[in-house]
Amino acid sequence: MVINSRFFNRSELMGFIVLAAVLFVILPLTLDVFRLNLVAKYLTYAFVALGLVLCWGYGGILSLGQGVFFGLGGYCMAMFLKLEASSVENTKIQSTPGIPDFMDWNQITSLPLFWQPFHSLTFTILAIILVPGIFALIIGTAMFKRRVGGTYFAIITQAVAAILTILIVGQQGYTGGINGMTDLRTLKGWDIRPDHAKVILYFVEVVLLFACIGIAQFIRLTKLGRILVAMREQEDRVRFSGYSVANFKIFAFCMAAVFAAIGGAMFALNVGFMSPSFVGIVPSIEMVIYTAVGGRMSIFGAIWGAILVNFAKTSLSESFPQLWLFGLGGLFIAVVLAFPNGLSGLWADYIQPHIDRLFTSRKSKAGWKDNSVADGAPAE
Amino acid sequence: MFGDYSLGDLGSIFVMQGFAGLILFSVYVLMALGLAIIFGQMGVINMAHGEFMILGAYVTWMTSSFFQSHLPSLFSGYFFLAMILAFIASGALGMLVEWVLIRHLYKRPLDTLLATWGLSLMLQQAYRSVFGAREVGVELPQWMLGSLHVSDSIEVPINGVFVMCLTVLITVGVAYVMYKSRWGRQVRAVVQNRIMAGAVGINTEKVDRYTFGLGCGIAGVAGSAFTMIGSTGPTSGQLYIVDTFLVVVFGGAASLLGTIASAFSISQTQSTFEFFMSGSMAKVLTLLAVVGILMLRPQGLFALKVRK
Repeated sequence: MVINSRFFNRSELMGFIVLAAVLFVILPLTLDVFRLNLVAKYLTYAFVALGLVLCWGYGGILSLGQGVFFGLGGYCMAMFLKLEASSVENTKIQSTPGIPDFMDWNQITSLPLFWQPFHSLTFTILAIILVPGIFALIIGTAMFKRRVGGTYFAIITQAVAAILTILIVGQQGYTGGINGMTDLRTLKGWDIRPDHAKVILYFVEVVLLFACIGIAQFIRLTKLGRILVAMREQEDRVRFSGYSVANFKIFAFCMAAVFAAIGGAMFALNVGFMSPSFVGIVPSIEMVIYTAVGGRMSIFGAIWGAILVNFAKTSLSESFPQLWLFGLGGLFIAVVLAFPNGLSGLWADYIQPHIDRLFTSRKSKAGWKDNSVADGAPAE
Repeated sequence: MFGDYSLGDLGSIFVMQGFAGLILFSVYVLMALGLAIIFGQMGVINMAHGEFMILGAYVTWMTSSFFQSHLPSLFSGYFFLAMILAFIASGALGMLVEWVLIRHLYKRPLDTLLATWGLSLMLQQAYRSVFGAREVGVELPQWMLGSLHVSDSIEVPINGVFVMCLTVLITVGVAYVMYKSRWGRQVRAVVQNRIMAGAVGINTEKVDRYTFGLGCGIAGVAGSAFTMIGSTGPTSGQLYIVDTFLVVVFGGAASLLGTIASAFSISQTQSTFEFFMSGSMAKVLTLLAVVGILMLRPQGLFALKVRK
């Protein structure tokens, strides 16, 4: 595959540096551990938003079921952590020691078969990637091979999210029900609850996020990314040119699912629990909104969207719980009606030109022209 | 599991379960009819449909409280007035929303989804601020309480029968409007070919606005009927929205007959499953079956060939 001459153009490079500086240096130095942990929670949604940029912004496939993959990844991680927290010594008082507490409460006397492999960390990490990936592969193959797309796909993914939530809530003995899996303690004997562990986990997460940004950027710049854009704009022409549209769509959907699952796994680690309230329809649509607000066409924009909307959610719902839903609803409508490319679109239209004027040189002009689809830097 | 029951008991259980399915069917049909018009005919994904329904339910609740305190002598008939008011309130709000929001988004169906989801959040919060977070239930008039004894072991609740009759009436009304009236012909013409419909002199913007209004108005009536069998809270609408979309998609988006057929099959499947297993598993299996069938037959049960 042919890669463009440079991995980032100049404005993207700036976006990259700003994001890296904020996440690696500024936030850890200025925030206390509690707030840093909140940022870590917001960043888990940034993974989902990143996947949605590929799948929705570039591929044109709106999935309203990203919560499913976020949840699958999160539950895989949480199952491992829960098993470790439910060792025989820790659960002596139960009628059956060595199984998670919620199973004991639900009169289950032995560990179910599908829980067994989650004793192994290697298996868990593989499962975090593979379970959502294969699930997305199945849904994607069934849908895209039959040329189901657009609104129908959105509604069916939504139904899948509803099904999974009802299933998790209903099968309390196997999944922890509506409360989810709580009281996660250690990872391979390493306590994830104290402050220094939270800081380390935050950095692990940021590194993973940048790895995912690298993958997404790589996909965007290769021929693959161009086919995705072409598919979104004129699906039939791509098909007539001899490409298998369905396979590219399946690929984009699976990538988005895997990113979301990594986010979910980091959520379980950072926040210390996992529950069905992060799986269903409402969180899935909220994840789409983070992407839309940040800019569905921009990798960095979507990440800022996830951070800023969540930040606004926390601060507004702390101080004005009444106003929050009005604000969020208004934000949706405003994004759709007034600025469909989100914050990054605003940035590219109003702020970027001024910055470009400061640095005008022949080289940067060329770089700006050959990447008209991309717009990078964040809006602060 | 059947060993403990006699054959007669089993028969009555199935009849009762079938009847419970019919009530669910009525709710689905009432909600899905409005959505079938908005989504099926106009291609707008209205995520706020449940909130329009809840508006109808709140209007009914207010009417019943008004009659209770001011006109207790006419209380037994309040429901008919409430239904008309619910239709007008939801329909008017629907037309306003179409004018402010939806008409800018006809070419971008996925964006209508996001915008109407935002709208639904705002409406939910508005209901919570105005009516309180607690669920409200209307007082039923005397004649609607109790149940009909069909046989010794079979009883059907009167309010359920009433809701079903109402569903039949509304369905017939909608079918008449859509397939027999001049206005319905215009709506169908716009659906089949918007540009040509405009070219032969149909005011497509006006048709769109009234169609959206009609869909929302029917949702209001659905909400009104819903108060007969359940209580209403600010988030009740959201519980039904995915089911309703599935009903419409499963039936074949543009077909009213398909909507009814799919509402019937989904509700009967669910209430039959409920007899064998827990409610949540019944729901999961039903939805899984619907999603599975949709994967095999994406155009739904009754597909209408439309040139896009």
